Amino acid sequence: MKWGVVVFPGSNDDRDTAYALGTILGDDVVMLWHGDADTKGVDAVVLPGGFSYGDYLRCGAMARFSPVMRAVAEHARSGGPVLGICNGFQILCEAGLLPGALVRNRSLRFQCEQTRLRVETAASAFSAGCRAGQILTIPIKNGEGCFVVGEAELERLEREGRVVFRYADGAPNGSLRDIAGVANDAGNVVGLMPHPEHAVDELLGCTDGRVIMESVHVWLSNTARGDTAASAAALAASRSQA
Amino acid sequence: MSAAPKLRSVDLSLAHEHGLTTEEYQVILDHLGRTPTFEELGVFSVMWSEHCSYKSSRVHLGRLPQTGPAVLQGPGENAGAVDIGGGMAAIFKIESHNHPSYIEPYQGATTGVGGILRDIFTMGARPVANLNSLRFGNADHEKTPFLLKGVVAGVGGYGNSVGVATVGGEVCFDPGYKGNILVNAFTLGVVRADRIFRAAAKGDGNPVLYVGSKTGRDGIHGASLLASSEFKDESEQMKPTVQVGDPFTENLLIEACLEVLAGDDVVAIQDMGAAGLTSSSVEMASRGEVGIVLDLDRIPLREASLTPYEMLLSESQERMVLVVKKGREQVVEEIFTRWGLDCVVVGSITGSGRFVATYRGETVVSIPVAALTDAAPKYERPIQAPTTRPAPLDLSGLAEPGDLTAALVALLASPSLCSRSWVYQQYDCYVGANTVVGPGGDAAVVRVRETGGALAMTVDCNSRYVALDPYLGTQHAVLEAARNVWVTGARPLAISDCLNFGSPEKPEVMWQFSRAIDGMRDACLALDIAVISGNVSFYNDTQGVSIPPTPTVALVGLVEDAARTAKVALPGAGAAIYLLGEGRPELEGSEYLIQRFGVTGDHPPKVDMAAERRAGELCCGLIADGVVSCAHDVADGGLAVAMAEMCLAGAVGMRVAVPVDGRADAALFGESGARILVAAAAAAAQQVEQRAAAEGVPCRRLGESGGTRLVIAAAASGDVLIDGSIEELQSGWRSTLAAIAEGRYVAPRPTR
Repeated sequence: MKWGVVVFPGSNDDRDTAYALGTILGDDVVMLWHGDADTKGVDAVVLPGGFSYGDYLRCGAMARFSPVMRAVAEHARSGGPVLGICNGFQILCEAGLLPGALVRNRSLRFQCEQTRLRVETAASAFSAGCRAGQILTIPIKNGEGCFVVGEAELERLEREGRVVFRYADGAPNGSLRDIAGVANDAGNVVGLMPHPEHAVDELLGCTDGRVIMESVHVWLSNTARGDTAASAAALAASRSQA
Repeated sequence: MSAAPKLRSVDLSLAHEHGLTTEEYQVILDHLGRTPTFEELGVFSVMWSEHCSYKSSRVHLGRLPQTGPAVLQGPGENAGAVDIGGGMAAIFKIESHNHPSYIEPYQGATTGVGGILRDIFTMGARPVANLNSLRFGNADHEKTPFLLKGVVAGVGGYGNSVGVATVGGEVCFDPGYKGNILVNAFTLGVVRADRIFRAAAKGDGNPVLYVGSKTGRDGIHGASLLASSEFKDESEQMKPTVQVGDPFTENLLIEACLEVLAGDDVVAIQDMGAAGLTSSSVEMASRGEVGIVLDLDRIPLREASLTPYEMLLSESQERMVLVVKKGREQVVEEIFTRWGLDCVVVGSITGSGRFVATYRGETVVSIPVAALTDAAPKYERPIQAPTTRPAPLDLSGLAEPGDLTAALVALLASPSLCSRSWVYQQYDCYVGANTVVGPGGDAAVVRVRETGGALAMTVDCNSRYVALDPYLGTQHAVLEAARNVWVTGARPLAISDCLNFGSPEKPEVMWQFSRAIDGMRDACLALDIAVISGNVSFYNDTQGVSIPPTPTVALVGLVEDAARTAKVALPGAGAAIYLLGEGRPELEGSEYLIQRFGVTGDHPPKVDMAAERRAGELCCGLIADGVVSCAHDVADGGLAVAMAEMCLAGAVGMRVAVPVDGRADAALFGESGARILVAAAAAAAQQVEQRAAAEGVPCRRLGESGGTRLVIAAAASGDVLIDGSIEELQSGWRSTLAAIAEGRYVAPRPTR
């Protein structure tokens, strides 16, 4: 499969993400320039971590207006998988592709540390290869990682099983209900604060991030079998449980 | 003192205002054969400042070893370079940003990080790792929380955003820095050895390009007045001379510059650091032995009203000067434009040998380049050993603690030895996806994908040792750094030094400086390593009081196989614990003495360089051959603290017996050098013993890892000296730094 990794001015995990997807996972990867309104026919898009446009305004508030975001939104609307990591998550929220917002950590400090995540549902493009309840060790590194969302929307997220990842030991950044990652209602767009691309390499200590990226293979093969039904069924099942 | 002198006719008093002496002003008159223009005076003042000219240190720095088989580039360029095999090179350097960080801690720290990064990528290398050495006043000083929080946030704010991992460093607290903190920043980059860029301007008629941020009024006279004079009360008013960092622009600059340097269009490139446009242009012209002419009307400005004087001296950040091949301007411009950066032709290279600047049709500066560089003053400052010495240590008055476990717990909770996680958790150590060993270890280890190897790096200096004896203390700094690298499995390659001292106009400071240089030289020679880059920071004085002499050593070592490294953390239960090397019972200079009794003795621990090297190379060899994967050197806090650190990092206990000769506290907390602890799996234990015997390194099996307690007994008597649970050991260790940052820390009183 072919991934597209978006390069915004100020992205800085873009090359690491391409390394994880290309060298570690062995998939094809192309870089998508922020100024091009084109996703170059990729199967899945990643908005990487970093500080797009310096994040001098609200995080992600500038990047959402980049030409490439029109193409990303189109890709998402047609069911294509989109993963936003950290700054990418913030951009997806700003772009309205995911609900909620990421605000300053409650500590008021940048926090870089390992966290344990609990996979809450396998019904998303980036958790389809996981088991619900599975624990993954993946680092966070952010200053604005505290997820907030309105009361009604929060209840809806929970009810619909769209909270994909939760901090298993309590949110280090103060996120509502320990939320670390959420999906859109179709499950193809996912944003999370922890960095799976920094947990893929045995030599660097941890490989739990691979399964998040590899999940897309599962998701896409379901879709390719015309089996959106399988995904939809899983989605429905998890929602009825919730 | 205002931020920048105002335009007026040039005379001696204006020269004084610029920090020039009467004699120096006379030399300027002689060189020019006329009175300098206002702009020329400004140019001379920055180029001849201590910060840019090294006028007090140059006569000493030549004594340092600067060449060696691994050295590809020694001092004199933007940074030094060493061969790391596989056709690759490591470029690195450490630099100070002390005075700005005291006045404005956040921006002082950010611009320190930004400046050192530019020194690295101008050599064509992608920056892959940052380290920093931070020194503050006493932990309970009223300004410490403000300075600590500001500096740490600034280091992180810049490094995290620019996208270069901050993988390690040191944080120290000592009353000697309360009026003059130290912020030393280090960056390492990696580049193909045949693609190292140097900054010598060449080629009559080649265009000079200005790239990056626009020029503003920030930082004018940062180099000449702020960095090159003592701190006084009114120095606070120099806040406008502190620059403001913009990591976003730097991120773009890195990508754009590396893209441009991958082609063949650039002749020379240099960042505009201290003394801005002036020093970058002059240094490039000097290295290439050419002249340079700048058209100041073309400089991109933040505000139109900047004067030519301000344009020449501004230290606005994130700006570069490039000399490119004639006719290739457009190719280069296109790349910078795509990255959203200003790129303007502002001048050209000439054969005149002069530094010329024009503004609105007038020549405002015309000075022979050599007058600014080669002819800069060079002083052999008076040297005088101090007349008073600290008192020798009299142990008879210092009662041994009844509860050594409590003494260890207190030591671990002290500002010097407590966990640094509050600091380093504010730094992104993951970006770049190469961090094999991150912060919290002895040295950081960063993989080099192109070679399959890795680089170990550390910054070290125990300034208490240096204050007691600058010669031995500086040797300790080099040896401690080497040990930190050896215990990760790396072979030391080279160092970069950041020499932080008081005013060179004080003979006692120059004595410290000269002795420190000698100590560094002898330690480097003993280890066969060179000093390939660095920085001298004088005038670290406040109200006439100098900081403790602080020659910070940044050492880089090579790991052949990135999969063969060692960490501090105990791997689990059942590992045999060995001590390589043997100490003597000496408490002099130790953290324990100063923490518990408030005394230091009159000398640091003794130095045995041959023993250090034997123990270090044995350890490195054991790791490289896969025999051990857990090692930790014995340093601040002595054997007991080193053992506790291994337990805390691995969340496993150990039960050991240590030799005690005389006082138990000396055996446990003395900082005698040349000692390394390793943990070996049962199957590898015999190999450790055999190889130690073969290499003539004392090797003693102390015990075994396991359980959840650290139990240390005296070997001969079997008496238990220390018995503490991991829980107990880490209680204060974990929380002290946050308490300092929040202004809640209360220092325990020394007992006498």
